[in-house]
Amino acid sequence: MSTATATRAATGRPAYRVTTARVVRAEWAKFWSLRSSWITLGVALVFILAFGLIRDWRYTVMMNAGHVHDPEVLGANGVGLSLFGLNFGQLAVGVLGVLVTAGEYSTGMIRSTLAAVPRRLPVLWSKALIFGGVAFLLGLTGAVAAFGIGTGILSGSKAALGFGDAGVVRALIMAGAYLALIGVSGAALGAVLRSVAGGIAVLLGTLLLVPGLMELLPTSWQNNVSQYLPSHAGDSMYALHQDLHTLSPTAGLLVLMGWTALALAGAAYRLKRTDA
Amino acid sequence: MIEAQQLTKRYGEKTAVDRLDFTVRPGTVTGFLGPNGAGKSTTMRMIVGLDAPSSGSVTVNGRRYAEHTAPLQEVGALLEAKSIHPGRSAFNHLNSLALTHGIPRRRVEEVIELTGLQSVARKRAGAFSLGMGQRLGIAAALLGDPATVMLDEPVNGLDPEGVLWIRNLLTGLAAEGRTVFVSSHLMSEMALTADHLIVVGRGRLLADTTVKDLIRQSGGDTVKVASADPARLRELLAGPGVEITGRSGSEELEVTGLAARAIGLKAAEYGIALFELSTKGVSLEEAFMELTRDDVEYHGSTTVASAPDDRNTEAAEPVGSAA
Repeated sequence: MSTATATRAATGRPAYRVTTARVVRAEWAKFWSLRSSWITLGVALVFILAFGLIRDWRYTVMMNAGHVHDPEVLGANGVGLSLFGLNFGQLAVGVLGVLVTAGEYSTGMIRSTLAAVPRRLPVLWSKALIFGGVAFLLGLTGAVAAFGIGTGILSGSKAALGFGDAGVVRALIMAGAYLALIGVSGAALGAVLRSVAGGIAVLLGTLLLVPGLMELLPTSWQNNVSQYLPSHAGDSMYALHQDLHTLSPTAGLLVLMGWTALALAGAAYRLKRTDA
Repeated sequence: MIEAQQLTKRYGEKTAVDRLDFTVRPGTVTGFLGPNGAGKSTTMRMIVGLDAPSSGSVTVNGRRYAEHTAPLQEVGALLEAKSIHPGRSAFNHLNSLALTHGIPRRRVEEVIELTGLQSVARKRAGAFSLGMGQRLGIAAALLGDPATVMLDEPVNGLDPEGVLWIRNLLTGLAAEGRTVFVSSHLMSEMALTADHLIVVGRGRLLADTTVKDLIRQSGGDTVKVASADPARLRELLAGPGVEITGRSGSEELEVTGLAARAIGLKAAEYGIALFELSTKGVSLEEAFMELTRDDVEYHGSTTVASAPDDRNTEAAEPVGSAA
């Protein structure tokens, strides 16, 4: 053992080597080796399915009760109803994103992580890649399942849609993309703030409170500004029909990608520049 | 090999590490000694790139730590004991670090065995005792089979068995030709394991020396001898490297440079009666306190009225050092 070490040190050709692919593998192993990952993903999936299906069921109840002119019923469609649970699933996914990065700081794990990968940035990219991918698959699975089951509940109603209807497949894929971007944003916020509580507060504030604050602005401003908020841009990604003053799905995707990129840039800057 | 050049770390007004120059060489255990708050941990964090120096530089085997292609193979570091996620098992923790370097699973099992963690390797690390956590930290440090092993306060909070295990481990690693760099605020611990000492206080280098030299410098190994004929004895003992002091009219002499045994034999040979012969070893602890007296950051004031002892009022022991 000692001679091997000495030889390697002398020749300067170590047998081991840090590569980005290996950092990705390590982060993959780290993610799945924590119980909180499984639990939170499970919770997110349950939220997406349960609240979506409850909303479908409520629609049919209202329909059958004759509330056809209720605004909630009037403009409803199968995608909007079945994907209602995404509003809650996104919170679980965003929180898990924060945990993926800020959790390392609160526990002290970050010291081990950065001692192994002192160049640092590959860790952030790997976490974003892995968690983005996981959140995408979760969102897609949840959306497809919720919509698929919802089709059965809604069948025969005006809102009923099938996988073959225009825009449905796009909306379901966008639902996955939405959760991926929220998850990566959460991870980026966690890395910027290095605090689980702080990261979650900023994330939930951005998703839940800021849209409400928009009401304080003059209406004309609201119409121009609020569609670019992360939450509203995200909503428009998987909406089947666009209202006035909402972005198209593609524009919504680009805007949310922009916000995510901004958060990631902040995270990269903080990770590289400040002491761990 | 660790080389620091004018290494400095400032936090606003406060200078935690102040222009440190030192070299840690392979094949020996180098102790990094200083009172609490002397900048030891900050220095170690800079060595592995967790903190960036404000100025100056520190290299490991000729390069900055982050520039190595396999950092864990260059330096294995135990910084604070809890550099783990408590929800992850010991095995998964080590394996995730191993994966970044392509270190085989076999090596993960090896360090688990080496640190005696087999029975708890699959348990959540958060449930580990302090000693187990320390062993896990050391397992992580050894994972890359590193040329340099750096441990920050490794014996802190360990039971005697654990302390002994660390001591043997350190000397074993040095004997294998590795660079071993260990920090402590306990001189007594360093005296048992370290060959070389780097002493710091308030971020500044106070001494870069060997354990032997430090004792000699602080007037260690003085032999007190009381005899019937001090003047004659003085003549007999005189020689190169031997220093003898005594007051006229007193039968006591203080001799440095000769062992008590040699003095006794000499006196017997010439028939001089001895009344007292004792080695007044300055403990390393005292030498260390002498050295760092002015550089202890947190002075405790002992106000226990019932103990108006000289040593108590001096209070060179930093507050909280027992923790």
